[in-house]
Amino acid sequence: MHLTVNGTERQFKNETTVSDLLRSIQIDPASARGIAVALNDRIVRKADWESKVLSDGDRVEVVTAQQGG
Amino acid sequence: MQDKNIDRLIKPDYSQPVAGIDGDFWHLGPLKLRSRLLVGTSGFPNPLTMMEAFTASASQMVTVAIRRINLKDRSEESLLSMLSKAPVHILPNTAGCYTAKEAILVAELAREALETDFIKLEVIGDDETLLPDSEELLKAARELVSAGFIVMAYTNDDPIVCKKLASLGCAAVMPLASPIGSGMGLVNPYNLELIRDQISECSLVVDAGIGTASDAALAMELGYDGVLVNSAISGAKHPMKMAAAMRNAVLAGRFAFTAGRIPRRFYARASSPLEGRVGSVTQEN
Repeated sequence: MHLTVNGTERQFKNETTVSDLLRSIQIDPASARGIAVALNDRIVRKADWESKVLSDGDRVEVVTAQQGG
Repeated sequence: MQDKNIDRLIKPDYSQPVAGIDGDFWHLGPLKLRSRLLVGTSGFPNPLTMMEAFTASASQMVTVAIRRINLKDRSEESLLSMLSKAPVHILPNTAGCYTAKEAILVAELAREALETDFIKLEVIGDDETLLPDSEELLKAARELVSAGFIVMAYTNDDPIVCKKLASLGCAAVMPLASPIGSGMGLVNPYNLELIRDQISECSLVVDAGIGTASDAALAMELGYDGVLVNSAISGAKHPMKMAAAMRNAVLAGRFAFTAGRIPRRFYARASSPLEGRVGSVTQEN
Protein backbone atom coordinates (compact mmCIF):
# COMPACT_ATOMS: atom_id res chain seq x y z
CA MET A 1 0.00 0.00 0.00
CA HIS A 2 1.01 3.62 -0.46
CA LEU A 3 1.54 6.00 2.46
CA THR A 4 2.61 9.61 2.31
CA VAL A 5 5.28 10.08 4.97
CA ASN A 6 6.36 13.69 5.55
CA GLY A 7 5.14 14.59 2.09
CA THR A 8 6.92 11.72 0.31
CA GLU A 9 4.99 8.78 -1.07
CA ARG A 10 6.36 5.41 0.05
CA GLN A 11 5.40 1.78 -0.41
CA PHE A 12 4.60 -0.31 2.66
CA LYS A 13 3.22 -3.77 3.19
CA ASN A 14 -0.34 -4.15 4.41
CA GLU A 15 -1.01 -4.09 8.16
CA THR A 16 1.86 -1.68 8.77
CA THR A 17 1.56 -0.03 12.17
CA VAL A 18 2.87 3.37 13.20
CA SER A 19 5.66 1.58 15.08
CA ASP A 20 6.59 -0.43 11.92
CA LEU A 21 6.73 2.81 9.96
CA LEU A 22 8.97 4.46 12.54
CA ARG A 23 11.33 1.48 12.53
CA SER A 24 11.52 1.73 8.73
CA ILE A 25 12.93 5.24 9.11
CA GLN A 26 15.47 4.23 11.79
CA ILE A 27 13.47 5.36 14.79
CA ASP A 28 13.08 2.91 17.64
CA PRO A 29 9.54 3.54 18.90
CA ALA A 30 10.35 2.17 22.36
CA SER A 31 13.16 4.61 23.08
CA ALA A 32 12.21 7.52 20.83
CA ARG A 33 12.00 10.86 22.58
CA GLY A 34 11.09 14.25 21.22
CA ILE A 35 9.04 12.85 18.34
CA ALA A 36 5.34 13.09 17.55
CA VAL A 37 3.20 11.47 14.89
CA ALA A 38 0.09 12.76 13.13
CA LEU A 39 -2.10 10.57 10.96
CA ASN A 40 -4.34 12.47 8.54
CA ASP A 41 -4.03 15.61 10.69
CA ARG A 42 -4.78 13.88 13.98
CA ILE A 43 -2.28 13.02 16.69
CA VAL A 44 -1.43 9.36 17.28
CA ARG A 45 -0.32 9.16 20.91
CA LYS A 46 2.83 7.24 21.66
CA ALA A 47 0.83 4.66 23.60
CA ASP A 48 -1.06 3.86 20.38
CA TRP A 49 1.91 3.60 18.00
CA GLU A 50 2.18 -0.19 18.39
CA SER A 51 -1.50 -0.88 17.77
CA LYS A 52 -2.41 1.75 15.19
CA VAL A 53 -2.65 0.06 11.77
CA LEU A 54 -2.26 2.32 8.76
CA SER A 55 -4.40 2.21 5.62
CA ASP A 56 -3.64 2.78 1.96
CA GLY A 57 -3.51 6.51 1.18
CA ASP A 58 -2.88 7.62 4.76
CA ARG A 59 -0.85 10.77 5.32
CA VAL A 60 1.64 10.46 8.14
CA GLU A 61 3.69 13.27 9.62
CA VAL A 62 6.66 12.51 11.87
CA VAL A 63 7.95 15.65 13.55
CA THR A 64 10.48 16.84 16.06
CA ALA A 65 11.91 20.08 17.38
CA GLN A 66 14.11 22.12 15.09
CA GLN A 67 15.70 25.53 15.29
CA GLY A 68 13.13 28.28 15.33
CA GLY A 69 12.17 31.55 16.93
CA MET B 1 16.89 11.27 19.78
CA GLN B 2 17.77 8.66 22.35
CA ASP B 3 19.99 10.91 24.45
CA LYS B 4 19.23 10.38 28.12
CA ASN B 5 19.80 14.10 28.67
CA ILE B 6 16.45 14.77 27.03
CA ASP B 7 14.86 13.72 30.30
CA ARG B 8 16.63 16.59 31.96
CA LEU B 9 15.49 18.90 29.22
CA ILE B 10 11.88 18.00 29.67
CA LYS B 11 12.15 18.29 33.46
CA PRO B 12 14.97 20.83 33.89
CA ASP B 13 16.66 21.61 37.15
CA TYR B 14 15.06 24.88 38.23
CA SER B 15 17.63 25.42 40.96
CA GLN B 16 20.41 26.32 38.51
CA PRO B 17 21.65 29.85 39.16
CA VAL B 18 20.89 32.43 36.51
CA ALA B 19 21.56 36.11 36.23
CA GLY B 20 18.78 38.33 37.52
CA ILE B 21 17.88 40.85 40.14
CA ASP B 22 17.63 39.17 43.54
CA GLY B 23 14.04 38.43 44.45
CA ASP B 24 12.66 39.77 41.18
CA PHE B 25 10.74 36.91 39.63
CA TRP B 26 8.02 36.75 37.05
CA HIS B 27 5.53 34.07 36.15
CA LEU B 28 4.73 32.17 33.01
CA GLY B 29 1.92 29.75 33.75
CA PRO B 30 3.27 27.50 36.50
CA LEU B 31 6.88 28.67 36.03
CA LYS B 32 8.61 31.22 38.22
CA LEU B 33 11.47 32.70 36.24
CA ARG B 34 14.37 34.98 37.11
CA SER B 35 15.59 35.69 33.61
CA ARG B 36 13.34 38.00 31.63
CA LEU B 37 15.08 37.25 28.36
CA LEU B 38 13.64 34.55 26.12
CA VAL B 39 15.82 33.44 23.23
CA GLY B 40 15.11 31.80 19.89
CA THR B 41 17.23 28.99 18.46
CA SER B 42 17.02 29.94 14.79
CA GLY B 43 19.77 31.14 12.48
CA PHE B 44 22.94 30.61 14.50
CA PRO B 45 26.07 30.00 12.43
CA ASN B 46 26.67 26.68 14.21
CA PRO B 47 25.44 24.72 17.25
CA LEU B 48 28.45 25.61 19.41
CA THR B 49 27.87 29.33 18.92
CA MET B 50 24.20 28.84 19.75
CA MET B 51 25.00 27.09 23.01
CA GLU B 52 27.59 29.73 23.95
CA ALA B 53 25.04 32.45 23.26
CA PHE B 54 22.46 30.73 25.48
CA THR B 55 24.95 30.58 28.31
CA ALA B 56 25.82 34.26 27.84
CA SER B 57 22.13 35.20 27.71
CA ALA B 58 21.36 33.42 31.02
CA SER B 59 17.95 32.82 29.48
CA GLN B 60 15.77 30.18 31.10
CA MET B 61 13.52 29.63 28.11
CA VAL B 62 14.36 29.01 24.46
CA THR B 63 12.02 28.59 21.53
CA VAL B 64 12.01 25.78 18.98
CA ALA B 65 9.99 25.09 15.85
CA ILE B 66 8.16 21.83 15.13
CA ARG B 67 9.18 20.39 11.78
CA ARG B 68 9.21 17.13 9.87
CA ILE B 69 12.14 14.89 10.75
CA ASN B 70 14.70 14.36 8.01
CA LEU B 71 13.90 10.92 6.55
CA LYS B 72 17.15 10.74 4.59
CA ASP B 73 19.71 11.67 7.21
CA ARG B 74 19.14 10.59 10.80
CA SER B 75 22.75 11.03 11.89
CA GLU B 76 22.70 14.68 13.00
CA GLU B 77 22.73 15.34 16.71
CA SER B 78 19.24 16.48 17.51
CA LEU B 79 18.53 20.01 18.66
CA LEU B 80 16.84 18.58 21.74
CA SER B 81 19.86 16.62 22.83
CA MET B 82 21.96 19.79 22.47
CA LEU B 83 19.48 21.91 24.40
CA SER B 84 19.28 19.28 27.11
CA LYS B 85 22.78 20.35 28.14
CA ALA B 86 21.54 23.84 29.06
CA PRO B 87 19.33 24.72 32.05
CA VAL B 88 16.48 25.97 29.89
CA HIS B 89 12.79 25.32 29.40
CA ILE B 90 11.73 24.57 25.86
CA LEU B 91 9.04 26.71 24.29
CA PRO B 92 7.78 25.16 21.04
CA ASN B 93 6.23 27.51 18.52
CA THR B 94 3.67 27.24 15.75
CA ALA B 95 5.77 29.29 13.31
CA GLY B 96 4.69 29.01 9.71
CA CYS B 97 1.03 28.33 10.46
CA TYR B 98 -1.54 30.38 8.56
CA THR B 99 -4.74 29.07 10.10
CA ALA B 100 -6.02 28.23 13.55
CA LYS B 101 -6.47 24.63 12.41
CA GLU B 102 -2.80 24.29 11.43
CA ALA B 103 -1.60 25.99 14.61
CA ILE B 104 -3.72 23.72 16.81
CA LEU B 105 -2.33 20.58 15.13
CA VAL B 106 1.25 21.83 15.51
CA ALA B 107 0.58 22.71 19.17
CA GLU B 108 -0.73 19.20 19.76
CA LEU B 109 2.30 17.67 18.01
CA ALA B 110 4.58 19.86 20.14
CA ARG B 111 2.84 18.76 23.34
CA GLU B 112 3.18 15.12 22.35
CA ALA B 113 6.83 15.40 21.22
CA LEU B 114 8.16 17.63 23.99
CA GLU B 115 5.85 16.75 26.87
CA THR B 116 5.13 20.39 27.57
CA ASP B 117 1.89 22.34 27.70
CA PHE B 118 3.70 25.53 26.71
CA ILE B 119 3.10 26.84 23.23
CA LYS B 120 4.24 30.03 21.55
CA LEU B 121 1.26 30.61 19.34
CA GLU B 122 2.02 32.19 15.98
CA VAL B 123 -0.58 32.42 13.26
CA ILE B 124 0.63 34.61 10.45
CA GLY B 125 -1.25 36.34 7.66
CA ASP B 126 1.32 36.41 4.88
CA ASP B 127 4.91 35.43 4.23
CA GLU B 128 6.27 38.89 3.44
CA THR B 129 5.39 40.75 6.63
CA LEU B 130 4.91 37.63 8.79
CA LEU B 131 2.37 39.75 10.65
CA PRO B 132 -0.16 37.86 12.78
CA ASP B 133 -3.65 37.12 11.48
CA SER B 134 -5.63 38.32 14.50
CA GLU B 135 -8.83 36.51 13.57
CA GLU B 136 -7.16 33.11 13.30
CA LEU B 137 -4.92 33.86 16.28
CA LEU B 138 -7.88 34.53 18.58
CA LYS B 139 -9.65 31.40 17.35
CA ALA B 140 -6.56 29.24 17.98
CA ALA B 141 -5.87 30.84 21.37
CA ARG B 142 -9.42 30.15 22.55
CA GLU B 143 -9.23 26.47 21.57
CA LEU B 144 -5.73 25.90 22.92
CA VAL B 145 -6.46 27.53 26.28
CA SER B 146 -9.55 25.36 26.67
CA ALA B 147 -7.47 22.29 25.74
CA GLY B 148 -5.16 23.04 28.68
CA PHE B 149 -2.25 24.61 26.83
CA ILE B 150 -0.17 27.37 28.42
CA VAL B 151 -0.51 29.81 25.56
CA MET B 152 1.99 32.57 24.84
CA ALA B 153 0.44 34.48 21.99
CA TYR B 154 2.54 36.37 19.45
CA THR B 155 0.32 39.23 18.34
CA ASN B 156 0.07 42.57 16.60
CA ASP B 157 0.55 45.58 18.86
CA ASP B 158 -3.19 46.20 18.80
CA PRO B 159 -4.37 46.93 22.35
CA ILE B 160 -7.84 45.53 21.68
CA VAL B 161 -6.57 42.21 20.32
CA CYS B 162 -4.08 42.02 23.20
CA LYS B 163 -6.85 42.57 25.74
CA LYS B 164 -8.95 39.85 24.09
CA LEU B 165 -6.00 37.41 24.23
CA ALA B 166 -5.46 38.22 27.90
CA SER B 167 -9.10 37.72 28.77
CA LEU B 168 -9.13 34.38 26.91
CA GLY B 169 -6.64 33.14 29.49
CA CYS B 170 -3.31 33.30 27.66
CA ALA B 171 -0.36 32.98 30.05
CA ALA B 172 1.49 35.66 28.10
CA VAL B 173 0.51 38.17 25.47
CA MET B 174 3.45 38.99 23.22
CA PRO B 175 3.00 42.04 21.01
CA LEU B 176 5.61 42.64 18.32
CA ALA B 177 8.02 45.56 18.44
CA SER B 178 8.24 45.40 14.63
CA PRO B 179 8.06 42.55 12.09
CA ILE B 180 9.94 39.30 12.77
CA GLY B 181 13.62 39.53 11.84
CA SER B 182 13.35 43.21 10.79
CA GLY B 183 15.53 44.50 13.62
CA MET B 184 13.64 47.79 13.46
CA GLY B 185 13.12 47.94 17.21
CA LEU B 186 10.04 49.48 18.83
CA VAL B 187 8.24 51.23 15.97
CA ASN B 188 5.19 52.10 18.06
CA PRO B 189 6.19 52.48 21.71
CA TYR B 190 2.93 54.34 22.33
CA ASN B 191 0.87 51.24 21.54
CA LEU B 192 3.18 49.05 23.60
CA GLU B 193 2.81 51.41 26.55
CA LEU B 194 -0.96 51.46 26.14
CA ILE B 195 -1.03 47.65 26.11
CA ARG B 196 1.10 47.55 29.26
CA ASP B 197 -1.16 50.06 30.94
CA GLN B 198 -4.32 48.13 30.13
CA ILE B 199 -3.29 44.55 30.81
CA SER B 200 -2.46 43.24 34.25
CA GLU B 201 -3.98 39.76 34.26
CA CYS B 202 -1.12 38.01 32.42
CA SER B 203 2.54 38.43 31.58
CA LEU B 204 3.51 40.72 28.73
CA VAL B 205 6.50 40.03 26.52
CA VAL B 206 7.78 42.08 23.61
CA ASP B 207 8.39 39.60 20.83
CA ALA B 208 9.92 40.20 17.39
CA GLY B 209 11.72 43.13 15.83
CA ILE B 210 14.33 43.74 18.53
CA GLY B 211 17.50 44.86 16.73
CA THR B 212 19.97 45.66 19.46
CA ALA B 213 20.37 45.96 23.20
CA SER B 214 18.77 49.40 23.58
CA ASP B 215 15.54 48.06 22.00
CA ALA B 216 15.35 45.37 24.68
CA ALA B 217 16.08 47.92 27.40
CA LEU B 218 13.35 50.22 26.11
CA ALA B 219 10.80 47.40 26.10
CA MET B 220 11.66 46.63 29.70
CA GLU B 221 11.54 50.32 30.67
CA LEU B 222 7.94 50.35 29.42
CA GLY B 223 7.19 47.78 32.10
CA TYR B 224 7.13 44.61 30.02
CA ASP B 225 7.72 41.40 31.93
CA GLY B 226 10.12 40.02 29.37
CA VAL B 227 11.61 40.25 25.91
CA LEU B 228 11.95 37.52 23.29
CA VAL B 229 14.96 37.86 20.99
CA ASN B 230 16.21 35.65 18.21
CA SER B 231 17.63 37.20 15.02
CA ALA B 232 19.32 40.09 16.83
CA ILE B 233 21.45 37.54 18.68
CA SER B 234 21.86 34.76 16.13
CA GLY B 235 22.53 37.18 13.26
CA ALA B 236 24.96 39.42 15.15
CA LYS B 237 28.61 39.31 14.10
CA HIS B 238 29.35 37.96 17.55
CA PRO B 239 26.24 36.18 18.86
CA MET B 240 27.68 35.43 22.30
CA LYS B 241 28.55 39.09 22.91
CA MET B 242 25.13 40.22 21.71
CA ALA B 243 23.48 37.65 23.98
CA ALA B 244 25.38 39.11 26.92
CA ALA B 245 24.44 42.62 25.78
CA MET B 246 20.76 41.60 25.67
CA ARG B 247 20.98 40.04 29.13
CA ASN B 248 22.41 43.25 30.55
CA ALA B 249 19.99 45.46 28.61
CA VAL B 250 17.01 43.51 29.94
CA LEU B 251 18.36 43.82 33.47
CA ALA B 252 19.08 47.53 33.04
CA GLY B 253 15.63 48.17 31.58
CA ARG B 254 13.95 46.22 34.34
CA PHE B 255 15.98 48.02 36.99
CA ALA B 256 15.09 51.39 35.46
CA PHE B 257 11.40 50.51 35.33
CA THR B 258 11.30 49.43 38.96
CA ALA B 259 13.34 52.51 39.94
CA GLY B 260 10.71 54.78 38.36
CA ARG B 261 11.87 57.28 35.76
CA ILE B 262 11.48 61.03 36.10
CA PRO B 263 8.69 62.65 34.08
CA ARG B 264 9.54 64.19 30.73
CA ARG B 265 9.57 68.03 30.67
CA PHE B 266 9.39 70.34 27.71
CA TYR B 267 11.90 72.81 29.19
CA ALA B 268 15.06 72.35 31.18
CA ARG B 269 15.13 72.26 34.92
CA ALA B 270 18.48 73.05 36.52
CA SER B 271 19.85 70.32 38.69
CA SER B 272 22.25 72.65 40.56
CA PRO B 273 20.76 75.18 42.98
CA LEU B 274 20.00 78.59 41.47
CA GLU B 275 20.66 80.41 44.73
CA GLY B 276 24.20 81.53 45.56
CA ARG B 277 25.47 81.62 42.01
CA VAL B 278 28.74 83.46 41.58
CA GLY B 279 28.08 86.96 40.25
CA SER B 280 24.39 86.94 41.06
CA VAL B 281 22.95 90.07 42.64
CA THR B 282 21.44 89.72 46.07
CA GLN B 283 19.45 92.46 47.73
CA GLU B 284 19.90 93.00 51.44
CA ASN B 285 17.14 94.65 53.45
